Amino acid sequence: MASNAAIDASGLVKRYGETVALSGVSFDVPRGTVCSLLGPNGAGKSTAVRILTTLTEADEGTATVAGLDVATRAAEVRSRIGLASQDATVDGLLTGRENLIMIGELHHIGRRVATERAAELLEQFSLVDAGDRLIKTYSGGMRRRLDLAATLVAHPEVLFLDEPTTGLDPRARNELWDVLDILVDEGATILLTTQYLEEAERLADDIVVIDHGRVIARGDSRSLKRQVGGDQVFATVVDPATLGRVSELVGRTAGAEPEIDEGARQVRAATAVGPRAIAELATALAEAGIEVEDIGLRQPTLDDVFMTLTGHHAEEVEEGADE
Amino acid sequence: MTVSVPPAEQRRGGIFKDTWVVARRGLKHMIRQPEALSDVTIQPIMFVLLFAYVFGGAIAVQGSNYREFLMGGIFAQTIVFGAFNVAIALAYDRANGAIDRFRSLPMARGSVLAGHALASLVRSVLPITLMSLCGLIVGWRIRDGVVDAVSAYALMFLFTFAIIWVGVLMGSLLPSPEAVQGFAFAIIFPITFVASTFVPLNTLPGPLQTVAAWNPVTSMSDALRELFGNRRGFVPEPNADWPVRHPVAYTFIWIVGIIVVCAPLAVRQYSRTIDD
Repeated sequence: MASNAAIDASGLVKRYGETVALSGVSFDVPRGTVCSLLGPNGAGKSTAVRILTTLTEADEGTATVAGLDVATRAAEVRSRIGLASQDATVDGLLTGRENLIMIGELHHIGRRVATERAAELLEQFSLVDAGDRLIKTYSGGMRRRLDLAATLVAHPEVLFLDEPTTGLDPRARNELWDVLDILVDEGATILLTTQYLEEAERLADDIVVIDHGRVIARGDSRSLKRQVGGDQVFATVVDPATLGRVSELVGRTAGAEPEIDEGARQVRAATAVGPRAIAELATALAEAGIEVEDIGLRQPTLDDVFMTLTGHHAEEVEEGADE
Repeated sequence: MTVSVPPAEQRRGGIFKDTWVVARRGLKHMIRQPEALSDVTIQPIMFVLLFAYVFGGAIAVQGSNYREFLMGGIFAQTIVFGAFNVAIALAYDRANGAIDRFRSLPMARGSVLAGHALASLVRSVLPITLMSLCGLIVGWRIRDGVVDAVSAYALMFLFTFAIIWVGVLMGSLLPSPEAVQGFAFAIIFPITFVASTFVPLNTLPGPLQTVAAWNPVTSMSDALRELFGNRRGFVPEPNADWPVRHPVAYTFIWIVGIIVVCAPLAVRQYSRTIDD
């Protein structure tokens, strides 16, 4: 089992003074798959990544990456991984190319190979034109792309991407996803952390949901959503007085107990029938002669998952707990 | 096209190679941030001019003229200030994620610190050259022959190297660039003044004179004056503190002491601090 896993974490515990960042986290990532650690700020995602990338030591528990123990064979682990995180970024006062070459040299692949590899990566990540500009002139999206390129210099066996799209605008995020798709297609083993279910769903084969330093659920996005109750059908009414009637209709079409949000003049309910629920609801509303502003289907969010799994919202834990 | 990268098992690194890569990066930073060099360029020149022309007239020096006397002190002070930049560079690296990036790479232990130290040492050529030129312009001269002059410059670089390790230790201990700056002003600044940097020791009040006599900034300043032949008429009193009578030897002891104590401490402290 362990020999087949690119990452194998077992019972990881990490405390920072009073704060318990991880209290016994276990999971494994098979080679060639993409796993996402999903959870709110402060859940312990970054701490797990820091332990697996040898940046910090676990207080308890063991972990192997590429079959090597991170505590006892840290140097060998480091030559087989790539890490991109907001805490480990490229150098603003070097050009993109210089950054990539430097990282290659520090991976000891030789200056000549590092130079060739840098050129190759700049092309692959559409940064050829920006390659000889200082990083500090890059946009957030470009910088993140270079961060990713930097992790790939020495052909790592396992990639760690800590919140790769946090802080990016939607366009830059989509661009980055496209780049990540390439990596996934090439068969890299990737551990990625994110706060967005949508991102985990888009990129990962397997999702590990973390909260307060514990694994609270695991599975692919479909099974997680099933736990939440699948997609939600919703209707936003024009006249708040009609909320009660609409709630009945939504409940009937969705086949589940509806929830009324008076502030938003909205009724929603989990549904297993997908888009058909919209059609049926639209017909029912038209027959009843109730005017609505909007009806639709929406995917459950991380917050819904959390509500279902833990009974509390995916609130942000105190600043610093995830450091 | 695919560049073939040697597999992990076949890669060979070493502390010297890694140190050089980090040092080269540090030097690029310096060139690309000329404004950050002001403290080793404009500031010391300003001190030379201020003391040579503004305060100098009011300070009498036994057996020498004040501008000759001044240079040894300014060299010493500039070295102490300049070498402290390594602390700020390290603190910045920690603040902006460079250190974590380095640590996720299979680099030789200690090479990040050694690279910073090496870059700092190379950089110190700039202020020492500028100071020398500025000194020559205001009337300072090298009077004691080539061997002594070379020894003086060698001593300056050794002293720089030692102080850099104090800086590395500070950069590893203190949490932020601001804290480093605060420490430099609160502790280092006064240390460079309670010394024979700008005034002869015998003008200080009793207890302070003893403190200053044992201050390595004093011995460094005096050692340079002696080697450059800038205090020919100066004869230390026979009962003066040992460092006053043997400034070169005393400075050398400090240099060795600082390196032996601070370098290993810094490496240890550094890996401890960044673990969290």
